[in-house]
Amino acid sequence: MAQTRRTYLVDPLVDNNPITLQVLGICSALAVTSSLKVSFVMALAVIFVTGFSSMFISMLRNQIPSSIRIIVQMVIIASLVILVDQILKAFLYEISKTLSVFVGLIITNCIVMGRAEAFAMKNPPLDSFVDGVGNGLGYGFILMLVGTIRELFGAGSLFGITILPTVNNGGWYVPNGMLLLPPSAFFIIGLIIWAFRSWKPEQVEEREFSIQKVEAH
Amino acid sequence: MEGLLSLAVKAIFVENLALSFFLGMCTFIAVSKKISTAIGLGISVMVVQTITVPANNVILNGLLKPGALSWAGFGDVDLTFLGLISYIGVIAAMVQILEMILDKYFPPLYNALGIFLPLITVNCAILGGSLFMVERDYSFPESVTYGLSSGFGWALAITAMAGVREKLKYSDIPDGLQGLGITFITAGLMAMGFMSFSGVKL
Repeated sequence: MAQTRRTYLVDPLVDNNPITLQVLGICSALAVTSSLKVSFVMALAVIFVTGFSSMFISMLRNQIPSSIRIIVQMVIIASLVILVDQILKAFLYEISKTLSVFVGLIITNCIVMGRAEAFAMKNPPLDSFVDGVGNGLGYGFILMLVGTIRELFGAGSLFGITILPTVNNGGWYVPNGMLLLPPSAFFIIGLIIWAFRSWKPEQVEEREFSIQKVEAH
Repeated sequence: MEGLLSLAVKAIFVENLALSFFLGMCTFIAVSKKISTAIGLGISVMVVQTITVPANNVILNGLLKPGALSWAGFGDVDLTFLGLISYIGVIAAMVQILEMILDKYFPPLYNALGIFLPLITVNCAILGGSLFMVERDYSFPESVTYGLSSGFGWALAITAMAGVREKLKYSDIPDGLQGLGITFITAGLMAMGFMSFSGVKL
């Protein structure tokens, strides 16, 4: 039993990562990763919401009529997100301003709904909690990776502390301004997916058309 | 009137929900393999967006804002913290009602859009549109315009993406980049293209 719980936790990190394999929760992964601090807060918020929403939905799974289950799940998730939103506004006001609507958008983050539908509706509360936290961690892992690359090479700092002194401040590093712009997140995630799939070839998607080799005459 | 027109152009191109704010990315990436399905989903998003943004605007101004309940004798009650839960409730309910209406009165349209409608509830572009409406404090006519044009912008983006992907599947892409990887990079290039609109002022 302990063994399976560990797989629930560790599996979503690389082998079944929500972003690179399940294509869930991409919206916020792109928009909030321009600095590491913001990505970190966002990752924590998502881990909290996925963990607890999976747990509560799993507790209620035998009571929820299946015809209105989406609305019930939405209400549970929305209540948890409101909690996170209020906490951020109270204690980390600056960051909650930068995140703007993206805290609210955790509600429609497909990871939360996806895990609720796919896992929490069929499994006991503790397992669902671990699975939710695991998927949150997998999401957070990619978020932090993208955030690190973007902040380090785009602004020469990590968590706001200067690592590579930029030319503007009398250093030697010429920052790559494009990394601070949102489209760069697409490229970074695309390349991360490439790296993951070269490491784990079983994740590669089937080709729809293959290039035909023509024999030389 | 002019203000509304410039708001519409801004919402379609400059602040395109999909390619400048990256909303609705999950469906944007997952359902953009064929042009015909992409158009179907795009139109349904547009319809739902046009209904829900103004509806949420009415709820915000009529029920949740500080002082909005003064007609009922609760002049100093501020319910804005209930915003998120009411917007998502409205969206889920609207999608459900739309599904029933289409099923009853417009069966061909229902058959065409049917499978996409439930997906729309969890499309971040819809909730995002409502949240932007709240953040920017739009009036009712502005919210109607914003809903329609931001939905149109999203539909435009997903159709363009599907067009690119239909051609892309014949190309010789490295194994690891096949499918999802190349889609991300294509979307990145499209987003850079849309950034060129950002200087446009009306």
